[in-house]
Amino acid sequence: MRPGQSRKAQIRLFIAYVVAVVGAVVGLLLAIISVADPVGFAALRTAAQEVVSPVARLTRSVTGTASGINDSIAAYFAAGSQNRRLRAQVEEQQRDLVEASTLAEENRQLRLLLKLDEQGSGGIANGYLLTSNPTSSRRLAILSIGRNRGVQAGMPIRAADGLIGRVLDAGPTTARVLLLTDSDNIVPLRRASDGLPALASGRGNGELDIRTLNLADNPFKPGDILVTSGTGGIYRPNIPVALVVRLQNDGAVARPLADPAKVDIVAVLPAYAAVSGASEIAP
Amino acid sequence: MSSLAPQRIGEPPSQLRLQSVPIMSVMLASALPMMLPMIAAWAWLPPLGLLLFLAWRLLHPSLWPVWIGLPLGLWDDLVSGQPVGAAMGLWTIALLGIDFIDQRTYWRGYWQDWMIAAVATSIIIVAGAVLAHPGTGLSLILGLVGLQIAASILLFPMMVRVAAWLDRVRLFRR
Repeated sequence: MRPGQSRKAQIRLFIAYVVAVVGAVVGLLLAIISVADPVGFAALRTAAQEVVSPVARLTRSVTGTASGINDSIAAYFAAGSQNRRLRAQVEEQQRDLVEASTLAEENRQLRLLLKLDEQGSGGIANGYLLTSNPTSSRRLAILSIGRNRGVQAGMPIRAADGLIGRVLDAGPTTARVLLLTDSDNIVPLRRASDGLPALASGRGNGELDIRTLNLADNPFKPGDILVTSGTGGIYRPNIPVALVVRLQNDGAVARPLADPAKVDIVAVLPAYAAVSGASEIAP
Repeated sequence: MSSLAPQRIGEPPSQLRLQSVPIMSVMLASALPMMLPMIAAWAWLPPLGLLLFLAWRLLHPSLWPVWIGLPLGLWDDLVSGQPVGAAMGLWTIALLGIDFIDQRTYWRGYWQDWMIAAVATSIIIVAGAVLAHPGTGLSLILGLVGLQIAASILLFPMMVRVAAWLDRVRLFRR
């Protein structure tokens, strides 16, 4: 743009450039700060989210979740190999099921003997995931309930199938959920079969990286089920998390058992405070 | 498109409509993904706000002052879940870049606009992902947003049509 001869227009243009350059630098600095301290802008963000969420509530109530479409298209591409794999899996799982039912019975009797309750299995509140941000590489979703139902930052979220993520910050009627698949979300796990400790971190594309402390050889095999270990608090032990789908150099790649795109109702659980030392002992 | 007061034939559109249509449309496009009932497993939807923003700017070089990326980018950050300030900074840098190109070239047409938008969108998406995941390798970042970049580039011509249609609404005279 050329301002022409007008002195005033020239000065105005110059000031606009100065504001833009300074603003751009400040913006990038803010971004770096807000990565380091994500809570800093929570109030502003919550306000924007509360403005937008009524529309999401409305569209969701009209259509339900629309994300099954992706899956049903993708399913065609892998139908053959998937069929073979699923057959093998079903057979294997039937064997496991028999084994598990005997274990469950044994467990029930032992619990009766010890007079143990299911430790705090009750959730704080139930809600549903309204929407997520399909334009950002961070994996966040908006939960339909917030502080009005007792939701607070740090609380784990689970669906019937398994863990979804945890609450990042809670607004008056909505809350932001950091999904399991976000690359900043690290969850301490153990293998359901033998208690092998591991760590899951999101890959940002719907899958999880699974790493273990044991670096000597890769102990995983496809089909391993991973549950939370309760180490370090936040997530109580034994919430199902993921299924190992393939191996990689240092660990494995797993798929979350609960697909946030398909779950209807999620439960907000109280943040788990690890009993000092007790949950740290590896089995 | 009539405002509250009856419009006389040939009367120029109100200042409010002239100014608000581009700004409101970009804000709406930024917030639109958050209004849809989808839980996305990965980032696949193009940043609609950014695309419409670039489309308006390339369609109307003198529509906005060069700092307009600051408020519009802030809104985009607040609703998109990116770290606050990322779009503020990157959108403004894109506008400065486009201004620079406009000063150096005598003309640009459809293909040049598309190319400028493609380059700007790619850089902004990658830089945004780098800001959101500091310390992540570039190959992993490209894996995260590669599909989104391709989708964005392909969607841009449609966003130009949207901006052009909104422009007709903006300038409508009876």
